[in-house]
Amino acid sequence: MAQHQEKARIIRFEQLSPETVRLTLAAPQIAADARPGHFVMIRAGLGKDPLLRRPFSIHQAISNGQIQIYFRVVGRGTELLAKTKVGETLDVFGPLGRGYRIEAERPAYLVGGGLGIAPLLFLAQRICQTGRDLSRDQILLGGRSRDDVAPLVPDFQQFGLPLQVVTDDGSYGRPGLVTDLLDGERIDPSGVVYACGPEPMLAQVARFCADRGVACQVSIESVMACGMGACLGCNVDASGGGYLHVCIDGPVFNAEDLAWNM
Amino acid sequence: MEYVNDPKQYPDLRVNIGSLVLQNPVMTASGTFGYAREFESLVNLHRLGAVIVKGISLHPRRGNPPQRIVETPCGMLNAIGLQNVGVERFISEKMPYLRNLAVPVIVNILGDTVEEYREITERLALIEGIAALEVNISCPNVKRGGVAFGTDPQMARKVTEAVKEVAAVPVMVKLSPNVSDIVAMARAVEDGGADSVSLINTLIGMAIDLKRRRPVLANVIGGLSGPAIKPVALRMVYQVAGAVAIPVIGIGGIDSAEDALEFILAGATAVQIGTANFINPRISEEVVEGIGAYVQDHDLQSIRELIGALEV
Repeated sequence: MAQHQEKARIIRFEQLSPETVRLTLAAPQIAADARPGHFVMIRAGLGKDPLLRRPFSIHQAISNGQIQIYFRVVGRGTELLAKTKVGETLDVFGPLGRGYRIEAERPAYLVGGGLGIAPLLFLAQRICQTGRDLSRDQILLGGRSRDDVAPLVPDFQQFGLPLQVVTDDGSYGRPGLVTDLLDGERIDPSGVVYACGPEPMLAQVARFCADRGVACQVSIESVMACGMGACLGCNVDASGGGYLHVCIDGPVFNAEDLAWNM
Repeated sequence: MEYVNDPKQYPDLRVNIGSLVLQNPVMTASGTFGYAREFESLVNLHRLGAVIVKGISLHPRRGNPPQRIVETPCGMLNAIGLQNVGVERFISEKMPYLRNLAVPVIVNILGDTVEEYREITERLALIEGIAALEVNISCPNVKRGGVAFGTDPQMARKVTEAVKEVAAVPVMVKLSPNVSDIVAMARAVEDGGADSVSLINTLIGMAIDLKRRRPVLANVIGGLSGPAIKPVALRMVYQVAGAVAIPVIGIGGIDSAEDALEFILAGATAVQIGTANFINPRISEEVVEGIGAYVQDHDLQSIRELIGALEV
């Protein structure tokens, strides 16, 4: 896969909640090659502190040469990105990693928790473009509270797929965890679960799928320096022993390839 | 293989590291450039002075558990633990690509014992396409070998002698900054027959997660690299260059042509770029361009005029 380093102009800045931001960037080369589940590495400043790029999943890639990222302010890097303005440029490197492998003929279950919702919008869009019967597909989203999910719900609704939302505190949708929505009755064993979210959630999703023999692809996060297999900093335990590297072996893995330490 | 540019080409950036001739003084530091192929779509590899590939041991190494890296102010800490495919897979899987590059390939080697260093050198002596060896006696992230060799002048000398006895190519020894007397270490490896020294490897450091009240790195301690260590590296290169007769290669926080030129003025014949490769994959090529522009703008005949030209 070709990788590109682009000076991407910020086209749109959306403060979706007090803590979350969505940036739309003009990055035509990256947008052209991006697939759901790919990520980009972005420099949050031009100086030496913060030093490293930050990885972000591609929230959407639009045919007009734009990509979007969706993030929560968690540290200095995201804090700087949350202070950017339309018209500024960011140094963006990507698309990177292995994305979701869309099984076009099989029912799709998109399961997102918290910021893990981010790459699923792009995935939902591409699944809808497969042109098959979508009636058995489902989108299941969870967050801590209203702010985590509500701003993105209209974007997910545009695809017309059945959508269920839960929040930890019940402030939007039903109260509960997104894993509560996984129901053995409704998940067709021939389907594919595509998940992204915090590790405990993914571990539960992986266990649910393993118990029922349902294919499961998970997108996971890791600290990383380069994003391209050079630093070897983003190792995770593999189920078969040894390590896998999130940047080049993932970030999307078959759930059974990972050792879930919980 | 002839690496040297047309001598009439201007600016003249060629440097000699003993018998090894580089078309320019910019190399990629071991462990920050993979096995070069990772960067081929982003960098014109042939523009570089040399490529130093990820450290290779006699047997494959799994490396340390996660978390292996953490960012610190103007730097990063790593505890990768020398994960590598081992010398046999390196030869069969990586060398076919590397030997076809029109740029010198320097192989970084490491071991737990003097005997292991000798064995891996013997194995590589039979392999075509290696321009030099860089002997890593300075990794802070492994329990055996590494640090012990890199902090004891007698041991460092022994490893150097063992490698030199069987090496088929020039030998560069990479020094650790985690010593009280870097000059003594440099002299020891020079006495052991090293053709050049490269310094510095990472500084031992640590980071703590206050929320969990635990070290951030699974290995507890790690190696600090990046711009934060540049002043320490520059000082050590300056001290060593004044004390040994063999060429010195400067490493530590270089992320611009200006940084590289400072090291050259301090006495480095060449430089290696490490952590900056992670942030800007094209940085090595940009540093070559920047050094060329400096030589041209200052009406120098050659970059060699600047080596050790610092006025103190």
